[in-house]
Amino acid sequence: MLSLVEISHLTVKYPDVKALDDINFTVNSGDFLGIIGPNGAGKSTLFDCMLNLNTKYDGEIKFFGENIRKSKNYLNSIGYVPQKPIFEKNFPATVTDVVRMDLRKDSEESKIDEILQQLWIHELRNRRIGELSGGQLQRVFIAKALMNNPKILILDEPVTGIDQQSIELFYSILRELNSKQKITIIWSSHDLDAVNRLANHVACLNRTLFFHGQSEKFFSDDDLVKQYSEASMQEHMHHH
Amino acid sequence: MHRALISGIAIAILCSVIGLFLVLRRYSLFGDAIAHSSFGGIAVGLLAGVYPLWTAYGVSIISALIITRIKDRYNISGDASIAVLLSSGIAVGLVIIGLSGGFTIDIFSFLFGSILLVSVNDTVLILALTGSILVVILLLYRQILYSTFNEQQAKVSGIPVEKINYLIIFLAGITVVTSIQLVGVLLISALFVIPNVSAIMFGKGFKQTAIISICFSIFSVVTGIIISYIFDITPAGTIVLLSIGLFVGTIGIKSTGLLAKN
Repeated sequence: MLSLVEISHLTVKYPDVKALDDINFTVNSGDFLGIIGPNGAGKSTLFDCMLNLNTKYDGEIKFFGENIRKSKNYLNSIGYVPQKPIFEKNFPATVTDVVRMDLRKDSEESKIDEILQQLWIHELRNRRIGELSGGQLQRVFIAKALMNNPKILILDEPVTGIDQQSIELFYSILRELNSKQKITIIWSSHDLDAVNRLANHVACLNRTLFFHGQSEKFFSDDDLVKQYSEASMQEHMHHH
Repeated sequence: MHRALISGIAIAILCSVIGLFLVLRRYSLFGDAIAHSSFGGIAVGLLAGVYPLWTAYGVSIISALIITRIKDRYNISGDASIAVLLSSGIAVGLVIIGLSGGFTIDIFSFLFGSILLVSVNDTVLILALTGSILVVILLLYRQILYSTFNEQQAKVSGIPVEKINYLIIFLAGITVVTSIQLVGVLLISALFVIPNVSAIMFGKGFKQTAIISICFSIFSVVTGIIISYIFDITPAGTIVLLSIGLFVGTIGIKSTGLLAKN
């Protein structure tokens, strides 16, 4: 099976702490990888390195067999959905304007309507981006990420501001993208139950890689889940 | 007077378009800072006996790019870097003017604009620069808009965000110095900011907002030039007051709910 992503010995050092310590894993074509870990576990740092937003790391990251320090072309085959879409609240752009930003060829204009329909946001296309709810905004950013037919979708799950119904819709969209459109998904989440339902692989991160493998293996091992929950709880207590 | 109108319309379009990107990047006062640094450039030109606008172009573009580099490198906030640029331009200008024997009529025309006196050569230059800048913006429209909307996402999408940022600063520098003839150093940011904050309240999409802003701007400039010609008052002040009038009108319409949100 083809490895789309290979991460070896990835280490990120901050002055007084290691944000990531010797992380090694691979993602194969068609995988649905759920990355779980408590706050401050290094999930965002990991994504920043993978997306070339943070280049101050030791180790190696390869996409499609090529070291990302050497070529940035891999970014054309990646769709990214950030945890918090940050923009000026009164930015004068409609949903269509925002999605079009990721459209590289004008000839594919019809693609916008197609994807907005697929994500149930077509009726919002002429609304200003600042007027949308958290759930709607999340779907707009998924639409943006899908504009260039990505092979890999990287999603940082939003933690607040999304209602339960939108969350369920978000999960069903992810499942469909992975199973029907064969898009490889790398998804960071806090929701252990959802990861259990959706992902076929799990990476459990807490600065070091705690576990990486098939999701059934993780969830059928009570000790592992308990260990993870305890680590997560400790981190939670530490933060408060 | 027709030269003044043609130049005025070109500058109105240019300031609206560049200004919209600056306002959305929270760089509203950057135009003002570049204008003040161009004051230093104008003084250098007057002292050296070179056409002052040429030295103004050089000094303001270079200082704007340098201050942006310092801001990025040393993590200085945007408003503080604007303050540094603004005051250093004026300070340099004052010292040089002192050395060259004090204020002259030339200085006042740069401070407050002199669009009614614009020459044929100036008009040609203004039209050529406006055309060139608009072509650059149209060619790089997606990249400029995307990096204005969200820098991080634009980077992930493969857009060279830093280069685009410097390009915007460079284009803003040219625009400011070109516009000095219309409203002068002191009122320049009015043209960059006021039509755009009014248009943002009306427009839904980005292009619609830009078109509304250009319309507001052209209206203020053309009406301002005509009124000032008829009543023999300063065009700069009249243009800016008309622009403010449109802004107040927009707020009025918005607050009475005549402009439904959807």
